[in-house]
Amino acid sequence: MRKHRHAIAASLAIILVRMASSQAGNINRQEFSQIERGRYLTVISDCASCHTVPGGNQPFAGGRAIETPFGNITAPNITPDPETGLGTWDDDMFDAALRRGIRPDGSYLYPAMPYNAYTKMSREDTLAIRAYLNTVTSVRNATVGNTLPFPFNIRAAMGAWNGLYFSEGEYQSDPEKSGEWNRGAFLVQGPGHCGACHTEKTILGGDKAGRYLQGAYLQGWSAPDITNDHRVGLGRWSQEDLVAYLKSGHNRFAAATGPMAEVIALSTSFMATPDLDAIAVYLKSLPGKAGGPSSLPADDPAMLAGAAIYRDQCSACHGLDGAGTPELFPTIANSPTATSDNPRTSIRIVLRGARSVSTASAPTAPGMPSYGRLLDDTEVAAVLTYIRNAWGNASTSVTADDVTKVRKETALRPD
Amino acid sequence: MAKRLPKKDVVIIGLGWTGSIMANELTDDGLEVIAIERGPWRDAPTDFPPTYMQDELRYRVRHELFLRPDQLTFTFRNTMRQTALPIRSWGAFMPPNGVGGGGVHWNGEMWRFLPSDFVLKSHLTQRYGASFLPEGTTIQDWGITYDELEPFYDKFEYLCGTSGTAGNLQGQIIEGGNPFEGPRSRPYPTPAQAQPFSHTLFGKAAGELGYKPFPQPSGNLSQAYTNPLGLKMGPCTYCGFCEWFGCSNYSKASPQTTILPYLVRKPNFTASDNSEVVKINLDKAGSMATGVTFVDSSGQDWEQPAELVILSAFSLFNVQLLLHSKIGRAYDPISNTGTVGRNYTHQTTSSVNGFFDHAKYNFNPFIASGSIGMCIDEFNGDNFDHGPYGFIGGGYMGQVQTGARPIESTLVPPGTPKWGAAWKTAVRDNYLSTVKPGAGVHGSFYAYRDIYLDLDPTYSDRFGRPLMRITIDLKENEIKQNKFLTDKFAEIIKAMGAENIEAQYRTAPYDMTAYQTTHLNGGAVMGSDPTTSVVNRYLQSWDVQNLFVLGASAFPQNAGYNPTLTVGALAFWAAAAIRTKYLKRPGSLIDA
Repeated sequence: MRKHRHAIAASLAIILVRMASSQAGNINRQEFSQIERGRYLTVISDCASCHTVPGGNQPFAGGRAIETPFGNITAPNITPDPETGLGTWDDDMFDAALRRGIRPDGSYLYPAMPYNAYTKMSREDTLAIRAYLNTVTSVRNATVGNTLPFPFNIRAAMGAWNGLYFSEGEYQSDPEKSGEWNRGAFLVQGPGHCGACHTEKTILGGDKAGRYLQGAYLQGWSAPDITNDHRVGLGRWSQEDLVAYLKSGHNRFAAATGPMAEVIALSTSFMATPDLDAIAVYLKSLPGKAGGPSSLPADDPAMLAGAAIYRDQCSACHGLDGAGTPELFPTIANSPTATSDNPRTSIRIVLRGARSVSTASAPTAPGMPSYGRLLDDTEVAAVLTYIRNAWGNASTSVTADDVTKVRKETALRPD
Repeated sequence: MAKRLPKKDVVIIGLGWTGSIMANELTDDGLEVIAIERGPWRDAPTDFPPTYMQDELRYRVRHELFLRPDQLTFTFRNTMRQTALPIRSWGAFMPPNGVGGGGVHWNGEMWRFLPSDFVLKSHLTQRYGASFLPEGTTIQDWGITYDELEPFYDKFEYLCGTSGTAGNLQGQIIEGGNPFEGPRSRPYPTPAQAQPFSHTLFGKAAGELGYKPFPQPSGNLSQAYTNPLGLKMGPCTYCGFCEWFGCSNYSKASPQTTILPYLVRKPNFTASDNSEVVKINLDKAGSMATGVTFVDSSGQDWEQPAELVILSAFSLFNVQLLLHSKIGRAYDPISNTGTVGRNYTHQTTSSVNGFFDHAKYNFNPFIASGSIGMCIDEFNGDNFDHGPYGFIGGGYMGQVQTGARPIESTLVPPGTPKWGAAWKTAVRDNYLSTVKPGAGVHGSFYAYRDIYLDLDPTYSDRFGRPLMRITIDLKENEIKQNKFLTDKFAEIIKAMGAENIEAQYRTAPYDMTAYQTTHLNGGAVMGSDPTTSVVNRYLQSWDVQNLFVLGASAFPQNAGYNPTLTVGALAFWAAAAIRTKYLKRPGSLIDA
């Protein structure tokens, strides 16, 4: 009998929630085209990455801690729950948050929420996202939004930040360029918010001028240069290579790991192929940096030591020629990750190992084991110096101090 | 008191090769499947990393990947007159444990059985007469033919990317392959592995003696491969650490490399590891399974109800769980009644070491894979006339160099002192110039009335259940067969140019302390007669219609080949029967 009462109470609660959420905004919940458009925009905006706890079964209910250089920010609940989610927001409130970084009470959002990218979307776009989010299961989950230490916990400071780094406004097509290029530019600059990771930041966390998509460092990883730079960027990848990578997490050269693995798993693997093509066309049009180091001579002592370590420890999978096995073991020869100006991703992978991403079209998710116990910092530096300068690769040397620093930084990381 | 979990469509006991195959097939039909695995979850790159996997002491000598006998063991005796004692350290075989099961630590040898193996009793009786069969043998037909199983052999070979050279393509004999094999519908998915020096020398010597040598079919791949599930495998690096070890190079076919990454993405699949199934539960009438009871590492009992129960543990554990769950009638060799535990078999293996002049020969024996090799099949099954020899059965033989790991690869010619400077010198002199076949002679092991499994009257496990008792010995037929085969093998090793030969025959009594193989078969055999088999030709229990028992426990007797390919093919065969027949009309798949 008691069980029976519970069931009645639960079904009443569901009805109440449905009624409450159906009042939110001016959106008709059977507006299929708008909802479907919003679902797709939610995927390409990768909202789930922050607003869903990984491995959790409560989509968009918030609660994930987002790591920033200033401290952690907890992503809020964006389900239609009226008390702890967005159920009571009207359309203007939602649009202002997404495209201007303004909360319903008029205070500022932190730019961990990439409103500086989402501002490129139209009001129609944001209301479509809103329409979709109105259809997801309502979850009651209160989150503590602001966990930053002083002085970053003062939201008013974001007004000044916006003055420095935020330029509001929808994406404006470049009539000189193709429709495909413009679509790509919109996706990369807008919903895709690629610059959030791939553009270097100032000490205040704003985009550094002139460094657009040329690589950055965050969360213990160096996000690579994704311009068409021939040495450290996408210059040696074809458009097809890039599309395959975004679709499956793998291509004939590389395997995605770290934060990009998550972006692929949650977002780009679900994008329509024409959109991936557009992204590739746009990124391949961005010029790389001029100059760069030349290869170290093969008889450099670090190169000799590194070559010996490589032969013993690495060549079984990656091959003596650094070519790897397509779509299984990444190529090191010609690898922009290997030759990246900032070697921290390579150091981290050698020290801690890495797991690539499993996607529907490439489910294997091969991994690389950790060598942090087997190799000391000098040995890691030597083998990385070697791979950065063998087979025609050219990059700076890695020092034992570089390795020591990354070993320390990543020692207690859970990822 | 067991806590009851929500009901599933299917519960799978044991997530090794057969459990993984069945889980993948049945989730494809939309069924909710849970796999319950006694051991830990295991993943190729993190559990078998090349940074420490090549550790002979840890994995080979100390049995890292295997079940700890403290958790569960068996008792053993040679004959019914003896009192069995518990096995406290594994010797003759290595019971697998953990996700991937035996598929993690195997060598990767991927043989099909001969067409005549499946109709063994009728074939031999027809050719030689019933009086030719050894006394006390209980060999029987499988209830399935090679032709019926062929599409499923093919399916498993393509799942694994098997490297080999076809010998019989749709009835056409192909030069360079095994001319004795049954017809295959298509070539191997990848070409045979490249053969090291000692293997090519064996092939040359065997050819000159009039045999037809061919490369052993291998689950260690000659080249990169993408399987039908979209999973990628890498080329073998010939590191020589296959058997006893996991492969992190994605080169050895295992559930980890060929199924699991695909399976775990499915929302209708879940698994519970470190969970030991202790009983298959039955309804009041005892004719339908209601699910299983398992114990987790905290000692908590859980009941997992399900519509369909798949028993896919290692062969011995299948039989043990049937006995503990009182499913079917336990075999009694005295009254010759009952079926569960009947027709237990192993493999009759032996080898011949060849010592060559070290000034002339350098075999680089460390260049190896678990299933690389050159073999001949002239003396397998009934490929030759047994009339003059007075025994039945046979096996393949070959130079299958599985590695030269330092602890176990210190072979010295007979007569060398066992320690001291002379021994050290002999080890050094012979390390590179000794042929030490990993597989050697791989003979059949046929079934007998007094070789069987039952519950031990004295010893019990941590739950108070009787341990399972193994009663096994080598019979005159197998000893004769092995002598004949080993002598033939020694002739080839001699013809290769060996100066010194050391033949190691398999003899009685059966030795539980030294490793033979982990090819343990029977005890829950398949067949067409419920009085002599536990499961029907679809591996469905005769007694409990919603229970299927997979694995080598279904072999009525063992052929002269490694069992895994047949084990996998039978799992696909049973899965097809469930998908196309059982799910449409649950009940017995055999019209009584």
